[in-house]
Formats: sequence, C-alpha cells, structure tokens
Amino acid sequence: MSEKLFEVKDLRISARNDEGVEIPIVKGVSFDVNKGEVVALIGESGSGKTTISLASLAYTKPGLEFSGGEALLNGEDVLSMAPLRQREIRGANVAYLAQSAAATFNPAITIGEQVTESAVLHGVLTQEEATKRAEALYHALELPDPHRIGYRYPHQVSGGQLQRLMAAMALCGKPDLMVLDEPTTALDVTTQIEVLKAFKKVIKEENAAAIYVTHDLAVVAQIADYIVVLYSGEVMEQGSVDQIINHPTHAYTKRLMAAVRPTPVAGMGEAVGSEHDRQFPAIEVKNMTAGYGGIVDGEPVSTILRNVTVKVDNGHVVGVIGESGCGKSTLARVMAGLLPQAKGNIKLEGQELEGSLHDRKLEELQKVQFVYQMADTALNPKQLIGNILGRPLEFYHGIKGKEKHKKVAEILEMVELPAEFANRYPMELSGGQKQRINMARSLAANPEVMLCDEVTSALDSIVGANVIQLLTNLRNKTGVSFVFISHDLSTVGSFADEIVVLYAGRVVEQGPTDEVLAPPYHPYTRLLISSVPELRIGWLEDTMNKREMAVGIARGVEITKVGCPFFNRCPMAIEGTCEVTDAPNRELKNGHIIACHLTEDQLNEAERETQKILKGFEKVGVDKPHAPASV
Amino acid sequence: MTENITKEEEVIAKLDSFAELPDAPPKRKLKLSWVGKAAVGVVVLWMLIVIIGPSIAPYHEMDMEGEDSFLDAYDNFYLGTDYLGRDTLSRILFGARNTIGISILATVLAYCIGITLGIAAAVKGGWTDMIISRINDSILALPSIMLGLIAIAALGSSIPILISIASIIYATSVFRIARALGQDIMVQDFVEAARARGEGLWWIIKSEVLPNAAMPLATDFGLRLVFVVLFISSLSFLGLGVQPPASDWGSMVRENLQGLTYGSYAAIWPAFAIATFTISINLIVDDISAKSGGSLAKKMV
Repeated sequence: MSEKLFEVKDLRISARNDEGVEIPIVKGVSFDVNKGEVVALIGESGSGKTTISLASLAYTKPGLEFSGGEALLNGEDVLSMAPLRQREIRGANVAYLAQSAAATFNPAITIGEQVTESAVLHGVLTQEEATKRAEALYHALELPDPHRIGYRYPHQVSGGQLQRLMAAMALCGKPDLMVLDEPTTALDVTTQIEVLKAFKKVIKEENAAAIYVTHDLAVVAQIADYIVVLYSGEVMEQGSVDQIINHPTHAYTKRLMAAVRPTPVAGMGEAVGSEHDRQFPAIEVKNMTAGYGGIVDGEPVSTILRNVTVKVDNGHVVGVIGESGCGKSTLARVMAGLLPQAKGNIKLEGQELEGSLHDRKLEELQKVQFVYQMADTALNPKQLIGNILGRPLEFYHGIKGKEKHKKVAEILEMVELPAEFANRYPMELSGGQKQRINMARSLAANPEVMLCDEVTSALDSIVGANVIQLLTNLRNKTGVSFVFISHDLSTVGSFADEIVVLYAGRVVEQGPTDEVLAPPYHPYTRLLISSVPELRIGWLEDTMNKREMAVGIARGVEITKVGCPFFNRCPMAIEGTCEVTDAPNRELKNGHIIACHLTEDQLNEAERETQKILKGFEKVGVDKPHAPASV
Repeated sequence: MTENITKEEEVIAKLDSFAELPDAPPKRKLKLSWVGKAAVGVVVLWMLIVIIGPSIAPYHEMDMEGEDSFLDAYDNFYLGTDYLGRDTLSRILFGARNTIGISILATVLAYCIGITLGIAAAVKGGWTDMIISRINDSILALPSIMLGLIAIAALGSSIPILISIASIIYATSVFRIARALGQDIMVQDFVEAARARGEGLWWIIKSEVLPNAAMPLATDFGLRLVFVVLFISSLSFLGLGVQPPASDWGSMVRENLQGLTYGSYAAIWPAFAIATFTISINLIVDDISAKSGGSLAKKMV
C-alpha cells in the first residue's frame, strides 16, 4: 500500500523576465505519492499548485522552466526524459483533468470517442476494449444511461456529468497517476457532492493514485489522504489529512482554516440596526416575470423568472441563492434595467421604475448599481483605475479636476486600497484587488442599492472572506442596500440579513436569514444546506448514501410553467398535486415565506425524519449502514 | 526552530500587507527588441528619403545620362542604369515619394472609411449592419486587381484616382476587422457596465471600444500598408499605376524585368526597396504587439 509511485524531490521551477533574470516560482518542493493514495496540493492562486502538478507530466506553462530537482515516476525522472518518452507517459501513465470540462471536450466529436482516444492512441487498449472499459467507468461514475452516453456530444450532457466524463477520459487508459486540477470548483454544491462521491468511489475501485489540486479545504478533507499546503511556491506544512485538518501547526494553514466558511446555521448573520430604515424599501420587485426572446401572449419565449416578489429594505443585505440556471443573475439584471421585465413592476424608494435602461432617469440609474462577477471582464483593460473610478463621479455628480482626484483617493481608501492605485491599469492588480475596484466603481456612483452578482465566487477563500468583510463595513458605514447573489449558501448566510431562495425562476423560500436557515425548511433549501461540504473528515461518507432519500437528488434545473419546479427532485413530492398546481405561499412567522404544498407541520415533521436519518447514519458509520432505530 | 517561526511570521505579515500586489512596479515604456529597433531605423530612413530623396539624388529621375542601358555600377551610377540608361539609384530615391506616399495616404484613408463604418455596424447592429455589410461583401467579392483595372480604365490613371481606388478596395477588409473587433468588445461586461451607467453611444465608442480595438487595428495597419504597396506596385507593373516617365518602385521592377536575362540588377534594387520597407513595417508591428501584451504578464507570474 505504501509503495512509492511518484516522488517529487526539491523541485524548482522558474520564470525569466525581460532582462533574463530568473524568478523562482516553485522553490524546492518535495513530496511523495504512494500507490492508491490521494495527495492534495492546497493553496491560494499564485501558490504554484498547478505548476507543481503539471510537473508530473513534465510540462510547464510557456515562459516557465524546470531549474532543479527531480520528479520520479516509478523511479524514472520524468523531467530529464527524452521528449518521445515523455509523450508515451502523458495520457498513458499520468492523466490530467483540467478545471473546466467544458473547455476540455471538443464539441464536434462524440464523448465516447474522446474518452477512449488516448487509451487507444497509446496502444494500452484496442478500440473495443476501450469502449467496454469506458462503459464500465460510466457505470462506476454513476452516469445516466452508460451504454449510450458515449454517443452523445458534449453539449448534450450537464456540467457535472461532463466533469465525471472527464474523469472517465483520464481513467480509461488505466493511468498510474491522475492529476486533478480543481475539478469541482466551478460546480454547484449539489453537483459538487455528486462528482466528489463519484471520484472517490472510482479512485478507490481502480486503486489509482491522484494529485488533487484545490484551494478548498472542505473538499480536501473529503477526498485526500495526504495534504501539502503551499504558499508562494514553498511547502508550508505537509502531513496526513487528519494531522492537517485536525491539528494544523503552521500559522498559514490555520489562516486557511479560518477562512473556510462555517456550515450555514441560524444565528450566524449579524443583526441589522434600524438606523437606516425609511418609509419605503430601497428597491422592490412585485409579481415580476422576465425572460429572453420576444414576448408572446404576455410571456417571454424563454421565461426565466416567474412571478417573483422581492423587497430590499434600506441598509439591508438580501442574499439570493440557488443553483446555476435558477435565474439569480436575471433577477439582478431586471433590477438594473439591463433586461426589461415582461410582467410586474419594480419600485425604487416607492417610485415606479421603468423596465428599460433607456427610459430610466439618470438619477435612477445612479441609485441602482450592478457589480459584475468577473472583475477581469468588467473593468476596461485600457483605462487607468483613476479613470474607471472617476467616470461615475464625473458622469453622475459632475465632479471634475482636482476634486475628482481627491474623491478617487477617498473611494480607494474605502475599499482599503492605496491611493497610488489610481495610476495603474487593471492588469497590474491581483484578482482580489480588481474585485475591490469593481465594487469601488459602483460605490463611486453613491448608490442606494448595489447588486452584487457572485462577487466572491472567483476569489480565493481568504481574499473572498476579506471582500465580504469589506462589504459588511461599507453597509454599516454608508447604509447602502445590497442584493447579494451567490450559489454559496455559507457566504450568503454569514453576510445577508434576509435570504431569497430561487429555484427554476421562482422564489421557493424567503425571509430573515435566521428563519430561512432554521426549520421548517423548503425541501430545496434543505438540499442546499446539506450539500455544503463540512470541514470534517468523513463528512462525505456520512452524507453520501442516505442523502438522496433524505434530501433529494442532484439533477439539472428544469423550468416548468405550472406546478412546483422542484417536483422531480423532491423527496417529499406529492404526486398528482405538486406537478400540476403552483405551490401556495405559506406565511410563517417574521415574514418567513415558504412556497410548498406541504404545511408547516408537515415540513417540521419531515425535518425531524431527515435529522433522524442523517444523525442515525453518522453514528452507525459508513461500513454498516442499517436503518436507524425507530423512536 | 526559531528560523521556522520567523518564516511563518514572514508569510503572515505578507498576507496582512498588500502582498498580493504584483512584484514588479508597473512598467509601461515600450521597449523594442534589437530587431524592432533596426526595423524602425529602416522605416525612418525611407521616410527621410520620401522627404529629401529628390534633392540628394545624383540625377533627375527622367535624365538619360548613362552610357548604355542595363549597366552595372560605375562612376556615380552607384546602382547601375536601367533599360533606358537612367540612374537606378536616382529613380529609387524619386520613386519612394510615389510608392510610399501613395500607399500611406491610401491606407490611412482606407482605415478612416473602414473603422468608421465597421464600428458603426458593430454598435448599431440590425439593419444598419445588414446594409453596410452586404455592400461591403459585394465589393469584397470582386478581385481587387480586376476592380482596380476597371476603375482605372473608366476614370483614367492619375494619382488621386489611384489613392481613392486603393483606399476603397482596402477599406472593405478593414471594415471586416473593425466590425468583428467592435462586436467582440460590445458584448464585454465593461461595455454593459457603461450602458448600465447610462453612457451615450459616442462615449462608449470613444472610451471603451476604440482603445481596446487600437492595438489589433494597428497590427493590421502595418499589414494593410504592405498590401497597398504591393497593390500599387502591381498596378504599376501592369502599366496602370504611376505613369512613366515618373518613377515608382513597382513600375521599375516591370520596366527592368528583361534586364535580368542580361544579368542586370536594375529590377532587383526596386524590389529590394519594396521588401525592406514592407518587412520593416511588419517587424515593428510584430514587436509592438508582442511587447504590449507580454511583458508585464510575464513579470506577474
């Protein structure tokens, strides 16, 4: 079991700048991977984790070079191999799984062909054997319809399925070592859990070794046997998963652990003061329906949001959560006027707001600001930060010249960046700093409402936590209201005062954070909560098998016209009722609303059952699951 | 052990400060490689010749002072004589004005037309885009030399007509590029952010679209200039460009082509002039576009 498969010894990788000076990127990293073991490389972006993992394929990104050390695969140094031998190893002995499956698959070739390609190319298997093995792998990875999925094209399967298919592609040639580069980072929590489960199972069955690259400690705790913590190209700490997760010694590891957001529970949100309260809510959306395509019979051709009512009080943070495709961003775009609604109305401080951007007054535009998810694309790369921040000042408030400079410096200070940044281009900032500038641009308009679309999703955990802290400070200082869109329930739970849970374009639950995150839950909220990985070894096993019957299954979001859209995933669905009639809005205490056919009592009862299953399961453990003792 | 602790402290201190800054201070001064510098030298030299060429030429472009045609270099005939016994060097020095001057004017004009229409089509979309694009397609469908020949046959050959024909023909491809670039940029988040802010179309074009399209368009400018030089030269080669006895590099190649069989270099020198000018422009463009994206990104790794 502890046979060494892959050994990295004092690996050094460096880049060269224009003057030919060597800049070390990886500074002497050593670790081993044993057979049948998963080694996780964790660290933030820029820590060199991907660079190190690619070294196992004897590959560096352009501009980098190996400047020392060895990487021994089965005792043979891959770095000093002849290029032809390296080619033999890649794909056959070492397989690489990139972060984005969508970008890895060729859209014009069937999945099966791509999955088997490398195994056949390397002569490991014949086409027939490979096809057979691929089918077995589809089965092991719990993909639907394993006999036929190989004949589909990549766009015909969902993102989570594609990610699993990529694992099949890597495993098809029976590699000794798999390199997984953030394979679940881009997925929804509900999908992530399915993918993790499949990966874990298949790695165990194949007795394969893997290097798992991620920044997410909670994921690592589920899948890894051994952890290497990296920072700036150096190993900070390494050890078994138990040692690192339960007894971290290095200050950096502790810092990383602290940035892992806790599992969402009631009472984690901050209480809001009433000092910002006004007569009217800052922004309000009533019975709104919106979508894309032309409008036919009063409904958009492709309806995304249906009959949505959301209210954002002054100085409040409203979190909007749901899986991808639920219409979260669409809601913000309607509020911002980027997508005129088909039905319903929007009110800004009690005043009716036009649906289209062009019909809104300048003052109204200034009061509602949209913050984009990707700062990289939301900031014009050819404009100086000073101009980016100065433009809203000039445009809305007519501030010019010296005063503008002063204001820009003030705004930079507000987002905790030095004033000199005004003379930089976006490219010259790091990801977290760009995101701050992105928010600062909206702040410069001096808005009433900021619509933040997944602003922390693309950031590392520590950086993301800092951004959330910043938003909290801003809210307290300026009294600006936030609509905070995220698929990450723990982020929303720690920051929002109220939560709106969207599913397939409908609000299934909304209310104060403490109410939403406490029973009774809407079945969908329950599923979301139980899918957030916990920083606890064995959590995945605990949750895995009984999860479906307890809280519902992961499946693509389907938008339906009538009935509850969650019907096909809900473990408590009432056949004949849920899919044909819209769920009634049940008003519970403190403005807590659940849209479900089940009554409050039934939901509470269901929650007790769920708890029983989950709890009983935890006690029993993975190996001998038996029904929990009846109470 | 103490060493370990200090290292830990260092890391944490780095985390708490603005350590996520890129290491290198922003450096924006354009630094060309030696190839780029040499190319700039060549282009500057040719530009100088455009201005002062006629005054430093040993003879006039039309003087038939040589003892015979197709002679090798002798006395002050440093590059020999052409098929009429004229001084090749003088004709190249005079011809620079026609070849380079016409090409640059035509290319600049092509760019003005192409970018204006291309960006307009990209920004406006819909019918505007449809109409401009289809007209453009129909011009693009005609072979450029044929189009040039017909236009010259109809309108006669003069330098203003040459410039306008070349600019219209090359505006079509500039239009394609400008429209594609414009469309790409128009769907970027930062453009939508500007729209959401309520900015007008003109401001969006001026501040968001054009700065981002400038670099690829500049790259293309160098390339297009080369095409125009070759286009004018080939028209001259066919006898429809710059009319004799005025000199122009393209027509010089054609006139002296027969000399190659006698081992004369008279056709090689103007060809060499065309080559140095066009290749140098391309090298500069390559260098700038490689540098403007690459250097800082490399530093930040």
